[in-house]
Amino acid sequence: MAGHISPKSTYYAIFAALMVLTAITVGVAFVNLGSFNFPVALGIAITKATLVILFFMHARYSSKLTKLFVGTAFFFLAILLTLTMTDYLSRGMKTYPGGAAGSGYGVRTP
Amino acid sequence: MAEALTAHGDHGGPHAHHPDLQHHFDTLEQQHEAATLGMWLFLITEVLFFGGLFLAYMLYRVWYPVAWAEASRELDITLGAFNTAVLIGSSLTMAMGVRAAQTGKQRATVVWILLTMALGLVFLIVKYFEYKEKFEHHHVPGVNFMFEGPQAGPAQIYFSLYFLMTGLHATHMIIGFFIMAVIAWMAHKKRFTPEWYTPVEISGLYWHFVDIVWIFLFPLLYLVDRAGHFA
Repeated sequence: MAGHISPKSTYYAIFAALMVLTAITVGVAFVNLGSFNFPVALGIAITKATLVILFFMHARYSSKLTKLFVGTAFFFLAILLTLTMTDYLSRGMKTYPGGAAGSGYGVRTP
Repeated sequence: MAEALTAHGDHGGPHAHHPDLQHHFDTLEQQHEAATLGMWLFLITEVLFFGGLFLAYMLYRVWYPVAWAEASRELDITLGAFNTAVLIGSSLTMAMGVRAAQTGKQRATVVWILLTMALGLVFLIVKYFEYKEKFEHHHVPGVNFMFEGPQAGPAQIYFSLYFLMTGLHATHMIIGFFIMAVIAWMAHKKRFTPEWYTPVEISGLYWHFVDIVWIFLFPLLYLVDRAGHFA
C-alpha cells in the first residue's frame, strides 16, 4: 500500500517556510499598516495552514474524495463566517446617520 | 454467507490476506482510504467546532477594536511566538514519524513520536506559565477581573474568548499527547508495517490539525494591534 512517501527534504523545506512565515507575521505586526494589519496576518496564517494541509497532512497526494472532504471543511467555515458577518456588518447601514460608514461599521462604545 | 466464504477461500484459503486487512474491505488501499476519510470527516466537525469561537472572536473584534488592541497587548508575544515555533516543530517531527512508519523504520517511528510528545509537553508547560500570569494580573474573567480604563467590559470578553479558545486548544493538545503515547507504544511493539501504518497516519492528521488551530490563534490573539494603530 504505502501511499505517497515524501522525501525528507520536502518536510524540512515546509518546516523552514513555516518558521520564516512565523517570523514575518511577528515582524509585520509591529508595522502600522492601518486597517491592513489584520488581512495581512490572516493571509499569512492561511498560507501556513495550506502548507501544513497540503504537505504534512498529505492532502496533495490524497484521492479526489479526500480532497473534496478537506475543501468541504473550509467551504462550510466560510459560509459560517461570511453570512454571519455580512449580516452584522450591514446592520445600521440604512438607519444610522451617514449610513454604514457613519456608524463606523457597527463599532460600539464600551 | 456461504457464498462469501467461498469467495474468501478463492484467494488461498481463509486468512491468507494481510493480517491487518479487516474483512469488510477488499484491499488495504480501500481500508486506508476509508480511515483517512473518516478522520477528515471528524476534522470537518472540529473546524466548525472551533469555527464558532472564531466567529464570536471576529464579531466582538469588529465591535470593540480598541479593547481588543489593549487586551491583546497584555499577552507575552515572545512566549506566543516561541510556542508557535514549538508546535510547528512538533508538526515536523510528526510528519517524520509518519514517514518512518511508511518506510518500515519502527525505531525511528518511536523516536519521532516521542519527540512530538516532548514538544507538545513544552507547549503545555509554557501555556501553564502564561495562564498563571493571567491569574496573578486578575485577567481571568469573573468576579476578580480587573482591567484599567474604560475598556474593562469588552476586555473581559476578549479574555473570555482567549481562555475558551486557548483552553479548548490545550485540551486537544492533552488528548493528542495521550494518542501519541498509544501510537509510540504500538510502534515500540512493532505493530506497523509499510503496508499498514494507518493509526500513525490518521493520528498525525489530528496532530497537524491542532497545530493549524494554533497557527490561527497566535496572530488573532497575540498580534491584534502591536503597531499601535488603535492606541
